[in-house]
Amino acid sequence: MKLWIAKQRYLADFTLASLARRKTKNLGLLLVFSLLVFVLASVMLFTSALRHEATQVLASSPEVILQRMVAGRHDLIPPGYIERIGRIRGVQKTAGRLWGYYYDPVVKANYTFLGLTEDAPASGRIKVGNGLARYRGVQAGNVLSFRSYSGKLFSFTVDAVLPADSELISADLVLLAEADFRAFFDYPAAHWTDITLSVANPQEVRTVAQKLANALPDSRPILRDEVLRTYQSIFDWREGIVLALLSAAILAFAILAWDKASGLSAEEKREIGILKAIGWETGDVIRMKLWEGLLISLTAFLAGYIAAYVHVFHFSAALFEPVLKGWAVLYPRFTLAPVIDGLQIATLFFFTVLPYAVAVLVPIWRASVTDPDAVMRA
Amino acid sequence: MIELTDIHKAFNEGQPNEYWALRGIDLNIAAGQVTALSGPSGSGKTTLLTLLGCLSRPTRGRVRLKAQDVSGLPERFLTDIRRQTFGFVFQQFNLIRGLSALDNVMLPAYPLGLPHRELRDKAEAQLAALDLGHRRDARVEWLSGGEQQRVAIARALINSPEVVIADEPTANLDTALSKQFMTILERLLDEGRTVLLTSHDPLVVESAVVATVVRLRDGKLVEAQMLFQPAIIALLLASLLSAWRCLPPQPLSPRN
Repeated sequence: MKLWIAKQRYLADFTLASLARRKTKNLGLLLVFSLLVFVLASVMLFTSALRHEATQVLASSPEVILQRMVAGRHDLIPPGYIERIGRIRGVQKTAGRLWGYYYDPVVKANYTFLGLTEDAPASGRIKVGNGLARYRGVQAGNVLSFRSYSGKLFSFTVDAVLPADSELISADLVLLAEADFRAFFDYPAAHWTDITLSVANPQEVRTVAQKLANALPDSRPILRDEVLRTYQSIFDWREGIVLALLSAAILAFAILAWDKASGLSAEEKREIGILKAIGWETGDVIRMKLWEGLLISLTAFLAGYIAAYVHVFHFSAALFEPVLKGWAVLYPRFTLAPVIDGLQIATLFFFTVLPYAVAVLVPIWRASVTDPDAVMRA
Repeated sequence: MIELTDIHKAFNEGQPNEYWALRGIDLNIAAGQVTALSGPSGSGKTTLLTLLGCLSRPTRGRVRLKAQDVSGLPERFLTDIRRQTFGFVFQQFNLIRGLSALDNVMLPAYPLGLPHRELRDKAEAQLAALDLGHRRDARVEWLSGGEQQRVAIARALINSPEVVIADEPTANLDTALSKQFMTILERLLDEGRTVLLTSHDPLVVESAVVATVVRLRDGKLVEAQMLFQPAIIALLLASLLSAWRCLPPQPLSPRN
């Protein structure tokens, strides 16, 4: 055992010396490889964290949202609907929601206005999302004016700016009292944008949805799971778009890394011949070169992954922000909660480190099984 | 010590560019002396040396090392024999560039897993014995040709081999350095080692240190080959004819 350890130490020493001797090639390889891992890991970490965030946010949202449809388009909920829903067995709580979009020509962006019936700001006061506050340069206590679709000018005092933690979904949000909402949009009294429902038993959500569809045939129930699935799809789609856009670059990097790894220089072949001639076994040579490949690929993997982690969780994925983040015109600025998925790391490892190890090993094996007498003729 | 029987060695066998480098070599290498393989370029010296040093296997024939047949052994066993029995000094020295002289000397012993201190001391002693102690930390590409050769010799001796094999050891050296090499050769002989070398340098081949010179031409031993040379046969026939002519005429028996 002691002998084996001593032998491995010598191999490791020689491997490190070999790496140092071919500094330029190995540093180049390390850089390209790290960059490849960085790009892939950044996209994976970011979308995974976004999915996680969306799941967390939606966890507290209502199980079912009911919208009325007219000619296939979303229409207002007329009076009486809430009462009819309340009588359906299994529905625990119902509430009408008021929301709408407002285009702000000042920043050329759409805001989402939400009229609250509970915990609402006082009349004439609003709470705004962090993105909106940033773009309009307002803070608590400032006055914001909006010209409504009817042409009337409304001024609101900013009560508070919503916490930055929720910016992923509240960047463009304006919260105001029900009466202010109705006045601003000339919204008909007792009408709602949609209805939210709480279902006591999560197993019964689909049954309740079915009952709703039967009782109110002009309405469509939207389940929380479906919303979640939509978000997941959006992030999947965005991730796919980014990967598709980057695929050419990723492929180029991969080919370059493969080429560098799999090509043995004349000098390396000569060295293998010398080592074999002076008494190294084929296994020793392969082990040494495998150490070399693993050292490069593992270092690159770690460097790339750590850089991606810092990029995503400390710099809010600045490089992919425009494509991956948010679904409003106002890009949210927020720090994601770090989420690391073991399976994801394993997948990335499997598709980066292993191909590299194979790329290194094949030519080494081919060179090291040749007769050592070739070195005599060099 | 090493016995070759009917050795043939082909390159690219069975292909259009097939080439037979050795054709029927029978040879005995005695232990404890210097044997030189000599001959023109392409005569098969280096090929024979690689077979003697277990760097390659013959296409046909037997190689016996200390009465053990090694010609059919797998590469793994050959490597083991090579490491324990032979030390190599190559024509181009074949040192690993970028490593120090000391590291190069230690390399053949790495697979043995000796304690580092012991190996280092041994390597330093070898370098010191060859007057290279002061250059041990220098990278080999910074050394002169003579120094590089001495590093290669130190490397060949690190595993204390019984046989030292040197391919054209003086080919890249001037006369002074060649003479220095011959001195080292004497020292190796005094240590009881067997030395096998290829050379066509008269300084080496005609040296008193070299006990046996094996001459090769076209993959065959010259001495054996000469017996069948047409010129020799013609010379023999001519001698016989002139001897017969010189005999006194015998009287013919009367035929009746």
